[in-house]
Amino acid sequence: MALAFDEYGRPFIILREQESKSRLRGLDAQKANIAAGVAVSRILRTSLGPKGMDKMLQSPDGDITITNDGATILEQMDVDNQIGKLMVELSRSQDYEIGDGTTGVVVMAGSLLEQAEKLLERGIHPIRVAEGFEISSRIAVDHLEQIAHKFDFSATNIEPLVQTCMTTLSSKIVNRCKRSLAEIAVKSVMAVADLERKDVNLDLIKVEGKVGGKLEDTELIYGIIVDKDMSHPQMPKQIEDAKIAILTCPFEPPKPKTKHKVDIDTVEKFQTLRKQEQQYFDDMVQKCKDVGATLVICQWGFDDEANHLLMHRNLPAVRWVGGVELELIAIATGGRIVPRFQELTPEKLGKAGLVREKAFGTTKDRMLYIEHCANSKAVTIFIRGGNKMMIEETKRSIHDALCVARNLIRNNSIVYGGGAAEISCSIAVEAAADKYPGVEQYAIRAFADALDSVPMALAENSGLQPIETLSAVKAQQIKENNHCCGIDCNDTGTNDMREQNVFETLIGKQQQILLATQVVKMILKIDDVISPSDY
Amino acid sequence: MFAIRSSDPILLNACKGFDVIICKMDARHSHIYPYVERSSSFICILGLLAKTEVVMKSGINEDANGNLWRKPTETIGAWQTGVETKSVYMNYDSMSTKVKVKFRNLCDENLENPNLIFIITVCSICPHSRYIEKILKDEATEEKGERARMASFVGAMAIADLVKTTLGPKGMDKILQSTGRGHSVTVTNDGATILKSLHIDNPAAKVLIDISKVQDDEVGDGTTSVVVLAGELLREAEKLVGSKIHPMTIISGYRMAAECARRALLDKVKDNKDDAEKFRSDLMRIAMTTLSSKILSQDKEHFAKLAVDAVMRLKGSTNLESIQIIKKAGGSLKDSFLDEGFILDKKIGLGQPKRIENANILVANTAMDTDKVKIYGARVRVDSMAKVAQIEGAEKEKMREKVQKIIGHGINCFVNRQLIYNFPEELFADAGILAIEHADFDGIERLALVTGGEIASTFDNPESVKLGHCKLIEEIMIGEDKLIHFSGVEMGQACTIVLRGASFHVLDEAERSLHDALCVLSQTVNDSRVLLGGGWPEMVMAKAVDELARKTPGKKSHAIEAFSRALIAIPTTIADNAGLDSAELVAQLRAEHHKEDCNAGIDVITGSVGDMSELGISEAFKVKQAVLLSATEAAEMILRVDEIITCAPRRREDRM
Repeated sequence: MALAFDEYGRPFIILREQESKSRLRGLDAQKANIAAGVAVSRILRTSLGPKGMDKMLQSPDGDITITNDGATILEQMDVDNQIGKLMVELSRSQDYEIGDGTTGVVVMAGSLLEQAEKLLERGIHPIRVAEGFEISSRIAVDHLEQIAHKFDFSATNIEPLVQTCMTTLSSKIVNRCKRSLAEIAVKSVMAVADLERKDVNLDLIKVEGKVGGKLEDTELIYGIIVDKDMSHPQMPKQIEDAKIAILTCPFEPPKPKTKHKVDIDTVEKFQTLRKQEQQYFDDMVQKCKDVGATLVICQWGFDDEANHLLMHRNLPAVRWVGGVELELIAIATGGRIVPRFQELTPEKLGKAGLVREKAFGTTKDRMLYIEHCANSKAVTIFIRGGNKMMIEETKRSIHDALCVARNLIRNNSIVYGGGAAEISCSIAVEAAADKYPGVEQYAIRAFADALDSVPMALAENSGLQPIETLSAVKAQQIKENNHCCGIDCNDTGTNDMREQNVFETLIGKQQQILLATQVVKMILKIDDVISPSDY
Repeated sequence: MFAIRSSDPILLNACKGFDVIICKMDARHSHIYPYVERSSSFICILGLLAKTEVVMKSGINEDANGNLWRKPTETIGAWQTGVETKSVYMNYDSMSTKVKVKFRNLCDENLENPNLIFIITVCSICPHSRYIEKILKDEATEEKGERARMASFVGAMAIADLVKTTLGPKGMDKILQSTGRGHSVTVTNDGATILKSLHIDNPAAKVLIDISKVQDDEVGDGTTSVVVLAGELLREAEKLVGSKIHPMTIISGYRMAAECARRALLDKVKDNKDDAEKFRSDLMRIAMTTLSSKILSQDKEHFAKLAVDAVMRLKGSTNLESIQIIKKAGGSLKDSFLDEGFILDKKIGLGQPKRIENANILVANTAMDTDKVKIYGARVRVDSMAKVAQIEGAEKEKMREKVQKIIGHGINCFVNRQLIYNFPEELFADAGILAIEHADFDGIERLALVTGGEIASTFDNPESVKLGHCKLIEEIMIGEDKLIHFSGVEMGQACTIVLRGASFHVLDEAERSLHDALCVLSQTVNDSRVLLGGGWPEMVMAKAVDELARKTPGKKSHAIEAFSRALIAIPTTIADNAGLDSAELVAQLRAEHHKEDCNAGIDVITGSVGDMSELGISEAFKVKQAVLLSATEAAEMILRVDEIITCAPRRREDRM
């Protein structure tokens, strides 16, 4: 194929070095791609739901991650296959957009691909399949809109939010104390939320972890925690009503950016220079003192002398604070980040009710708590846990919960979890299929089947009979016209998700269906794979 | 291409009804099952193959003889039994990098033998091939389901077994030899130290090492117990998984059991905080219990006293930094002592007083060599020798001024973190001031802490710098070394423990043991709840957990029961390590514990069941709780895993 002939019969090359490239075309290409996509989704399938299992991932450096967060697994899996990478991106975009449901979206895409393959084998053109999927995804999304519930909550009544976060957390290893973690997540989101604009800036929530203690010790702090200690060991460990100077200039001699040399050739010059130097340090500290700061937080290091002067003038200071943290501190305390000593004014100081240093365990780990800030719109979730992996996993779980809470504030519609929404959509799509003349009908039916795969995986992971359970629930939904029936993963005896309080956000679910359909469409449209071969 | 004689029942069963099976195989053979099932369609291909020449893509290693297949023993994995290799002649067309395989001869020969199954790597000749070249990057491996679980169980249990023998008062030590230069040797029975020095590849094992490290950081002791308990929990879990109980069920059972065990401990806990006398004796007991499993067990009373004294001085703070441990080889462990003052491992400068009473100490962190000009870009440029001398003079003058300023503080002892050059040293000697250079950072901080001075770096306002005070500074000799001793310091918190011992190994181990004891004690001072030791807490927990198991309906109760078995494994191990009849002892212990309010535990010394409160064996509640919780947490984490994906290790540049 790579060799074509022009009108005079002379050969010319279309694809250079084709010998060294491997090439798959037509149906083969589609099948190979589908197989790769399915293989990836199969890895995640067992992680779905409250009884889903974890994966252990060992990075090239030997670090271990144990997680059941879909996005994290795929990210760290070192996927090499092109289509595999598409699936990774899929999960990542769900993570960025919604933050939760990263496993579900991949499982959904995988089952769509499986269905597509069957249709391809029957000789249906891939584009028609893709179109059919597109139509049905629209049906499903519209249907979700119909069955969604508005969810009322206010700053005082956060219970509904907590319930939804608990659904998210129940599939994680932290489900032991999901109640308290869900409350922490919701409270922190409420603290930073702008309820008027329905917007939440998650950057204002800092999630900090420290190994040790137990998960139950995890706490929400209305303030900032910095993993730093005072620059001088003898500075006071606790400051009340602190006025904080936030600096990005070092307590060091100036380093003009232009190239220069100061030549010392006489004793006088040597001495003046020395005096100036001393004067300079003195000025810096004096400046901070003059504007009334009682705590200095600096992005850079201190010279020994400056350090002592600070100590001497009773001005506690923290050095080497990271840029992000500095910003958070500035937001929380209502201060301004000051790049030069000359620009320091009393108005630019941040205010905090209490700053204290806290030590942990038997090692000399210390952290700085900045609490009761002027502007309480920045909070920190401080996680404790038995080991590093636990903390990391908790961080990820909290992140998911935060995202869910944020989504609910943005759009307070919910659908029922436990596969209920998928089953309901599947019924709707199935019913709609008959109305479409043409080949798309098959694709739409296949889509309905694919939707069933999520509850099926849930049932499978919970140790139930997947087919029996699914058909029972489906029948129940149709008979009672009750779209709250789902898979009873926790064996509580009821499959009404309203009673079990299993909710998911509407936008999360919609996004899942849309993203999965998009990726599948993309994969189906590929009919030629050209890759440089390794051998 | 190779054939397997059908000695493998699984494979044979799958191939029933077929004479020849062609399977697709990838390098790892994990895909073999699905393709065996589908092999009917491949039979047709074989018919095709047998008659025609098949063009096959090469993707296979070629060895020197032109055999294009990997050694079957390498690739066949689990089915190694009865593997028979057939080397096949192949034309290797280098121009097209495609391989032509002649199948005819081989097939004719073997079709008559129905017991042979071919496994041929067909890569992508057949159009229906679902071959996925690879999902993961090179050398990344993936283990699934049962195999993954098995790998983590085995790894975790291996680690637990490794440290198991160090548990208890008669536990044995391990020698660790480092691979680095010098092959330095450590002798220890501290679980955390052993595990820290291991190079482990098994991911699950790393989880255990991690919990032991955290245990060390948080409470300081129980580092071995936590690993052993987690290992036992996994061993029990493995049995349950074997009898088809879902890991999630096991986890929920373990959680209930752990909560119940914790409550059982809380019920039995004793708190003597209000009674100072009793509290002290509690501390002594805890210290002795901790030390009895260590190298210091010979002199445990002596060291327990040392440790308790030191910790009591801290008055509730957990900052162990103010307890300084100095190791000096020589003498015996018994000669170790607690000094109420502060000892600095430095020498006194030449010509300076060796003994100062009522010392005023200035603790500083400043350059006392040449005081550089810190303004950027400054440099000295001169055009004559005379000017060099002038500037040198100015520098000297500057230093002299600085020294004068320091002396102006009215001190008679000056301790600096940085070097002190000869010139200032001489000036100090002239003024009759004791100058100590190059004290390390910890030393400085500690000295500032104990003498109540501040660490100074500028010396312009002598009136506002806080000076440190102590009654007496003198040079003392420990063994052959001269040290500086500050006694009668203001702050009573700090103290120094001087360890003496026959060799560095002994000293190192003694320091670790003492550190454990100090950690436990300092934590106990804050949380004064105390339990009995010697396997007593485990038996109490096991009893409560057993009762819970009986009350719980459903499969969970198996897991809860297993939890109690895992708990009992700890006293069993203690007894085993002491060379006692563990089965007998543990059974006796169980019977004893059936009574209310029993204090029975294993008395390793006499080898029988004894009353722990009479024997004075106690443990801190905080340690036991941490052991229980983190072991359960770790076991839970490992149990939840059903797939291990290992990325290829990052390649290191060979430095040869």
